[in-house]
Amino acid sequence: MGLDKPYLDVPGTTVFDADQSRIGYGLNQFCMSLMDAGNRERFRADERAYLDAWDMTEDQKQGVLDRDLNRLIALGGNIYFLAKIGATDGRSFQQMAGSMTGMTEDAYRDMMINGGRSPDGNRYRHEQEDGR
Amino acid sequence: MSAHVSAAVFTSHVPAIGAALDQGKTDEPYWQPLFAGYEPSKAWMTENTPDAIVLVYNDHATAFSLDIIPTFAIGTAASYPVADEGWGPRPVPEVRGHPELAAHVAQSVIQQDFDLTIVNKLPVDHGLTVPLSLLFGQVDAWPCPIVPIAVNVVQYPVPSGRRCLELGKAIRRAIETFDDDLDVQVWGTGGMSHQLQGPRAGLINRDFDNAFLDRLVADPEALAATPHIDYVREAGSEGIELVMWFIARGALGDLAGGHAPTLRHRFYHVPASNTAVGHLVLEDPN
Repeated sequence: MGLDKPYLDVPGTTVFDADQSRIGYGLNQFCMSLMDAGNRERFRADERAYLDAWDMTEDQKQGVLDRDLNRLIALGGNIYFLAKIGATDGRSFQQMAGSMTGMTEDAYRDMMINGGRSPDGNRYRHEQEDGR
Repeated sequence: MSAHVSAAVFTSHVPAIGAALDQGKTDEPYWQPLFAGYEPSKAWMTENTPDAIVLVYNDHATAFSLDIIPTFAIGTAASYPVADEGWGPRPVPEVRGHPELAAHVAQSVIQQDFDLTIVNKLPVDHGLTVPLSLLFGQVDAWPCPIVPIAVNVVQYPVPSGRRCLELGKAIRRAIETFDDDLDVQVWGTGGMSHQLQGPRAGLINRDFDNAFLDRLVADPEALAATPHIDYVREAGSEGIELVMWFIARGALGDLAGGHAPTLRHRFYHVPASNTAVGHLVLEDPN
C-alpha cells in the first residue's frame, strides 16, 4: 500500500514531501550553509570547489551552477532553502519565483499587481495542454 | 487571578513587507494600500496592548534546517535574536520572551497530549517579526514579551487544520491556568494564497481566501476539516501556511462553550510581492 499523494496531479507544482526531502538533503543543507557570510564568500570565489565539498549529485551541483530553480526543485530542493542562493546572488523572492514561470521579470511582476495567476485552468494537470 | 486570552490576531507575514518597512517604502503607491489596511489594527492595538503574545508562525529554513524538523515547537527562552536570512538581519528590536508563561504552556500542553518540541535557542525570521512590525509599527522595543510557537509548514505533511485547532484549545486551557493576571493575545500568521515555486508560481485565489476569512470567524470547526490538498490546489503550495491560523482561532472562548468573538478588523489585499495578504482581529468577550 503506497502513500496517498493526491498533490501529484497539481500542475507546475512540486510538493516538498518526505521523499523530496530525502533526495534533497545534501542540496538543501548546502543552501543552508550560505546563511554564513564567510561561506557565501567562499562559494562566490569558487562555486564548483565549494559544491564539491557537499554530498550532492552531479545533477544537483550543475543545477546550482546554472541557477536552474525548477530543476533543483525536481531534485529535492525546497524554495526556502534555495532562496539562500538567491540571497547570495542579491535576488529577491519575487525574482526567484518569477524565474520558474518562464515569464520575464516585468511580466511576472505585472501579473502579480493585476491579481496574480488565476487558479482556473491551473488546478489539475489534465487541464493543461502540455500536461506539465 | 489567572491569565486570560483577550484576542486573536491573524495576519500574513510576507518578507517583502518587512523589507518595505525597513527601507522606508511604506508611502510608495505599491505599498501604501497595504499599510493603510493595518492602521485600524494599530490604533486598536495601542488601546489593547497585551501583557504577552503567543505568536504562531513558521520558520523558513532559518532556525531549523533539514537536520531537525519539529512539527510543533515552543520557545521558552528569555530572548530571541533577529535572524540574518541572507539579506542581513532586519533592523528591528530583539524579541523578548516570557520564559515563565512559555514553560507553563509547554508543560500544560504536553500533558494535554501535544508533543511540543522545547526550544531555547531560536533565531526568529520574518515569519515572527513581520507581524510584530505590522501591528506595532517601527518601535525601539516591542511592547510586550512573546512566546513563539513554530509550526512545520515547510516539509509535507504539515499538521492538519483539525490538529492545529485542537492545539489552540489546549493553549487556551494552558493560559487560563497560568497563575498570574496576564492579558494574553494569540496570533496566527502566514498565508494567504501564494505559491513561490514552479511554473505555477504566482497563484492567487481571492475567492478561496475570502471564504476562508468568513468561515474562520463563523464556522472554524468545519473549516478546520479542509484537507491539505484543497490548500495546495486552490491556494498554492505555500497557501498551506493557513493551517497555523487555526491555532489562534482555537484559543478563543466560543470553542470552549463561550460567546462568539467580536470582529474588530478585517483586511484583504493583493499583492505583497507573490502573496495575498489577509488580516483579522477578533476580540474574545469571554
